Amino acid sequence: MSTQLQSLPTWRQRRSVHTVITHTLYYLILATVGTMLMVPFLWMVVSSVKAEHEIFSIPTTWIPERIRWENYTHALESFPFFRALLNTLFITVSVIVGRLLSTSLAAYAFARMRFRLRTPLFVLVLSTLMIPYHVTLIPTYILFTKLGWIDTFLPLIVPNWLGLGAFYIFLLRQFFMTIPSEMNDAARIDGCSHFGIFARVILPLSIPALATVTIFTFLEQWNDFLAPIIYLNSPDKHTLAIAIQFYRQSASGAGWGPVRTWAHLMVVSLLTMAPCLLLFFFAQRYFIQGVVISGVKG
Amino acid sequence: MSMRLREELEAYLFLLPWILGFLLFLVGPLAASLYFSVADYNILQPPKLVGLANYQTMFADDPLFLKSLRITAIYTFASVPLIVTMGYLVALLLNQKVRGLSVWRTIFYLPAVVSGVAVAVMWVWVFDPDGGIVNNLLRLAGIEGPAWFTDPDWALTTLILTSLWGIGGGMVVYLAGMQGVPTHLYEACELDGGGTWNRFRHVTLPMTTPVIFFNLLIGIIGSWQVFTNAYVITNGGPANATLFYVLFLYRQGWKYHKMGYASALAWVLFFIILIFTIIVFKTSGWVYYESDQADQST
Repeated sequence: MSTQLQSLPTWRQRRSVHTVITHTLYYLILATVGTMLMVPFLWMVVSSVKAEHEIFSIPTTWIPERIRWENYTHALESFPFFRALLNTLFITVSVIVGRLLSTSLAAYAFARMRFRLRTPLFVLVLSTLMIPYHVTLIPTYILFTKLGWIDTFLPLIVPNWLGLGAFYIFLLRQFFMTIPSEMNDAARIDGCSHFGIFARVILPLSIPALATVTIFTFLEQWNDFLAPIIYLNSPDKHTLAIAIQFYRQSASGAGWGPVRTWAHLMVVSLLTMAPCLLLFFFAQRYFIQGVVISGVKG
Repeated sequence: MSMRLREELEAYLFLLPWILGFLLFLVGPLAASLYFSVADYNILQPPKLVGLANYQTMFADDPLFLKSLRITAIYTFASVPLIVTMGYLVALLLNQKVRGLSVWRTIFYLPAVVSGVAVAVMWVWVFDPDGGIVNNLLRLAGIEGPAWFTDPDWALTTLILTSLWGIGGGMVVYLAGMQGVPTHLYEACELDGGGTWNRFRHVTLPMTTPVIFFNLLIGIIGSWQVFTNAYVITNGGPANATLFYVLFLYRQGWKYHKMGYASALAWVLFFIILIFTIIVFKTSGWVYYESDQADQST
């Protein structure tokens, strides 16, 4: 940090007309790419409050003739939003709780406990990262069929209570390792058991890492499509992701071409994205940090 | 001694959820999947062993299998390098001490936060041949745009284009990597008379190769598992132009109930990903690991 401060003046002195021009160029490029990324979003928002005839107007209008909030109420009348939201929330929260518990316990054992199979078991955990989800999908599906769990939330939740998610075990273990072990020893001397250290020392110090696991898991579960479409059949079990897909198919018949309810579809899609966006705005720090922990040091 | 034994037993208690999950949802299914892959199995009747017939069918007389392989490979080779390069370029720009870094970072990262069906619905609408914003904007420039997702010659290209929306995910990681480059390296470069290009070529780029490597690897693995967009946006069409590998696998299993064949497909996917991973690792001579010669403190 101190070297950085000392070097600042040199950077300053080098600023010249040349750098001003290149910097203007940088901002132009950034603004262009940024606009291209934001346009689909903005257009979705604008479309969601437009009348149907406006949506298809050529050329595109960016300001609706009137903001039609009624699109939102109408969409929610024809789309089982709250049912699907409740289902998605229930699954997502259950998975998060189960994953936090099971992966942090395993990560603690790998980071802090001495046992003979520690290294081989940890290698095993890492090697499971290599196996694509699809290889185990079919037998797992058949297992759940035999158990009579199809069309329940159990297939989506239970595996995550059993430590599935090697990536998160790895991430938490890396974080736990950075906590000074003197804290362990002090607690040990005070007669604390391993579970005590885990619950009272390690977990409270690991809030940032746990937040990262929570956020990643939230996004992954909220947007998951394959597992829900395989396991959930009846409409009252649908998550938001598959509810939208069904809504879309029922609105357009063949699932193609201009449908009557584009504005409603935009409303529903926006409402589905909203929690992810809100989470991002409120927990941006943990997002960036999580990406950094997993990507740079991983 | 008894302390050691106690700790040993305790460790397995901490690992119990993971061990159960590992056996129930990984080892078991892997063995079963291997068995199904050499069998004829439609769930209703017990599996019937057929030797390597499933694998023979695939390569000898299933043109759709070969087509799905080709489509997914094209997607991987086009989209992954594009995403990595563009994400890296944007990160480079943001690393030039631009003002409002956090605002820019938010804009570029935002699309990476949302995914799944809601985004897929957005793309259908953005690239709608008649009312979509892309063609509307092209019309302003006097160009009649293609039919995008509904044109067999354009559908895959359009999916590759939409994948670029996610450049922010990698960008955040590159940027973090760039910001972690020690300032003294830049100072040394400057003492040697290095300008902007040399600073990039001999400091920034080598120091961020591990991050590029990581993103390249997960990008390739992820692109072989594309499902949601192929299912929701194009449903494999038109004329099977976007029949991605996992969509093909899903159809074999859950539409035609050929669980044996689908299992064999899953194993082929596993080997494809394994081969790509090995190739990426074998050709990773360009990746520079600082820890090889520097301190091991982290």
